[in-house]
Amino acid sequence: MNENYMFSLMAVILLFLLAVLGVDGFGLYSFFGIFVPYLSFAVFVGFFLYRVIGWARSPVPFRIPTTCGQGKSLPWIKHAPIDNPSTTGGVVVRMLLEIVLFRSLFRNVKLQFRERGAKIFYDWELWLWIAALAFHWAFFAVVVRHLRFFTEPTPGFVKFFEYMDSFFRVEILTDVVQIGLPAMFISGFVLLVAVVYLLLRRMFIPKVKYISLSSDYFPLFLIIAIAVSGILMRYVSKVDIVSVKAFTLSLVKLSPALPEGVGTIFYVHLFLVCVLLVYFPFSKLMHMGGVFMSPTRNLANNTRMKRHVNPWNYPVDVHTYEEYEEEFRDKMIEAGLPVEKGE
Amino acid sequence: MSDLPKPDEFLDTIDHKPPPKGWMDTPTQIKPGMYCYASNPKSVEYVGLPNARQWNPLDDDWGLPENWRQILHEGFKERLDRFRSIKVFMDICVRCGACADKCHFFIGTGDPKNMPVLRAELLRSVYRNDFTTVGKIFGRLNGSRKMTLDVLKEWWYYLFQCTECRRCSVFCPYGIDTAEITIMGRELLNLLGLNIDWIATPVANCYRTGNHLGIQPHAYKDMLDFFVDDIEEVTGVRVEPSFNKKGADVLFITPSGDVFADPGTYTAMGYLILFHYLKDMGLDITWSTYASEGGNFGFFTSHEMMKRLNSKMYAEAKRLGVKWILGGECGHMWRVIHQYMDTMNGPADFMETPVSPITGTRFENAASTKMVHIAEFLADLIKHGKLNLDPSRNDHLKVTYHDSCNPARGMGLLDEPRYVIQNVCNHFYEMPPNTIREQTFCCGSGSGLNAGEDMELRMAGGLPRANAVKYVHEKHGVNMLSCVCAIDRAVLPALMEYWVPEVDVTGLCELVANALIIPGEKKKTTDLRGEDLPGMEDEDV
Repeated sequence: MNENYMFSLMAVILLFLLAVLGVDGFGLYSFFGIFVPYLSFAVFVGFFLYRVIGWARSPVPFRIPTTCGQGKSLPWIKHAPIDNPSTTGGVVVRMLLEIVLFRSLFRNVKLQFRERGAKIFYDWELWLWIAALAFHWAFFAVVVRHLRFFTEPTPGFVKFFEYMDSFFRVEILTDVVQIGLPAMFISGFVLLVAVVYLLLRRMFIPKVKYISLSSDYFPLFLIIAIAVSGILMRYVSKVDIVSVKAFTLSLVKLSPALPEGVGTIFYVHLFLVCVLLVYFPFSKLMHMGGVFMSPTRNLANNTRMKRHVNPWNYPVDVHTYEEYEEEFRDKMIEAGLPVEKGE
Repeated sequence: MSDLPKPDEFLDTIDHKPPPKGWMDTPTQIKPGMYCYASNPKSVEYVGLPNARQWNPLDDDWGLPENWRQILHEGFKERLDRFRSIKVFMDICVRCGACADKCHFFIGTGDPKNMPVLRAELLRSVYRNDFTTVGKIFGRLNGSRKMTLDVLKEWWYYLFQCTECRRCSVFCPYGIDTAEITIMGRELLNLLGLNIDWIATPVANCYRTGNHLGIQPHAYKDMLDFFVDDIEEVTGVRVEPSFNKKGADVLFITPSGDVFADPGTYTAMGYLILFHYLKDMGLDITWSTYASEGGNFGFFTSHEMMKRLNSKMYAEAKRLGVKWILGGECGHMWRVIHQYMDTMNGPADFMETPVSPITGTRFENAASTKMVHIAEFLADLIKHGKLNLDPSRNDHLKVTYHDSCNPARGMGLLDEPRYVIQNVCNHFYEMPPNTIREQTFCCGSGSGLNAGEDMELRMAGGLPRANAVKYVHEKHGVNMLSCVCAIDRAVLPALMEYWVPEVDVTGLCELVANALIIPGEKKKTTDLRGEDLPGMEDEDV
């Protein structure tokens, strides 16, 4: 038992019950269907920008990239233009690799002590990288797929994503089981598997468990709940997609009209997504914006070539040569060192 | 080192399993052997830093000012407004744990608060409480806590168990740099007069005499004159360094550690020999007693102190009227020069883009800062065939190379020193890939932790480096660990003596000088250390 994840789990269960009770018990359809979505969207956009602008308001006084390869020096020394970029182009590629492929996480190794002597080893450890990549890409695909609900007609790239997502289409159509209709999207399942792995990792790897806070477990439980409710809606309760789309489009057009007969689970799904949106800008999930602003990654390593200016550089007290010579002049003269003011 | 357990016993005590109790509920115990003595009030006062007083980390009362919480809070706020790095790094860590086992102090101590993520959480927990609404509302659930005296002591203990090596930053998916967090944390501690003496006194020395060791100008010249005699004894050649020479083309600045203690002294002799060799080829270079320190312990105190100490380099270059500056072998010195100097104390528009007077190479990579690393300078000389080298003179050595943290991860100086070594030595072996280049392990004593009283900490922090040396020692018979850092040369001998006693430590320029055939030299029978050269020892007898 760990109070950190128990608390987060309870919080998500509570939120789930809140939605069920609110919709089924009190019939607060407008509240959960209209008010909360609008509010959460506004909070998300507003505070996301507020946080990013907040970071941007603090200057970058020094150019401090972490250099991960040979720097640009003599022309015949082979330089690492991406891991140690000297140009903006190199920085762009470095950032792309970082954001799209998690370049730094790819380096991950695991410490192993084996017996005595020179027996400390660092084994390449890719599970975190694989899970993180799977999680983020699947999440992205799911978000893109959901754009279908907010656009009419559905843009080409969304259709393309759906097509790719259901590329490995499985169809088992018998009287007992029917899999394949509607088309299976891998992204939802990859998302669920990856997020469960990330959760189990936090719960069972001692070091990771030790550093984890409630605020690390909460988004994982929340995303699991969102993914499960989404999957249930699509493949089990088979919610009426046409009326859902009519509803979401009405939200977009600012003339909200509640859907008929979509069931409680739809409201639960929607509510949990709204919670995620509200939670996002106040939490570590802001790494989504922050990763772009990390001065150890997004600057070129060219400080000896080009001067970087610190906007708040202020004059400081220094010990001048004159003061130095004043104190040591006699000794300097005796030792035959040149001085500014002779005997 | 007498208090230390035997290496095998030391290894047996390292346990990486975290304790059952959470870290916020685990009080910090300040353990002898793991911390450095408190700053001497005279040193703190000399440079005008606050709260100079006698204090002892083991005492309950640290002699803090009445309003210390307010000072810290306001200091924190000011730095959040000035440094985007710290602001972003406070907010975006997801605690994925990728950094956890990358820190040499965690590997060597097993103390979970030495995981980079937790070291940062020590500060973040207070940040959340003081500067975020969610942190205030949810308190501990969100990982927030109030600043207390115990928290402050925890900060102090663990911020001086980080060498600002940036290895964790290489592995972090957001590039969160613990060095940046430690730098900021130490800056805050200095607002309360909570420095360690191994930093505070070198800083005061450097401010007054121009170097960390407090060597006064006449003594500095004396020390180099000793080397001149030693060099003559070994090579038969008398070198003539110049000091504070106005109108010289180049100013040479190197850490004072190398004029002070073995084996750095042999590197200093290497510089003298090299400059003598190049004199007739057109190198007009001068040493300075005023700017007689390459290193910068101000960097381990605060950004402001770093700037104050660093200002001497450009000031002296301007006074002497040199065209550019050549920098010796040092680690953090080069991070300061490469990433900070021009921004802090530039523009250096009174100098010219460095041009090697021997090869004519323009160092475009130093076009703005006007300062060239000696490894770059040497690599260029060797590439152009300007050095007459006999690498067989280093045949008794099986050499490996330790990348210093700062040149590796704050600059990218990786292949220049390797090129030089491979041209002056016949036997060179790399340590395993996860322990070199940008993934290099710290010596365990950087950022001002190279004192004597924290030897247990140093041996723990240096373990991963030593282990990699041991690997090549056992596999290839490596007996010489080369490096381009004066702190390395000061601390690695003790580390080797403890973990891999058969391996010695050298600087780059010592290897070069030993291989260099100097015009007019006598028949060499020993190297600069006075050790017999293989195949030459009998002829003289």
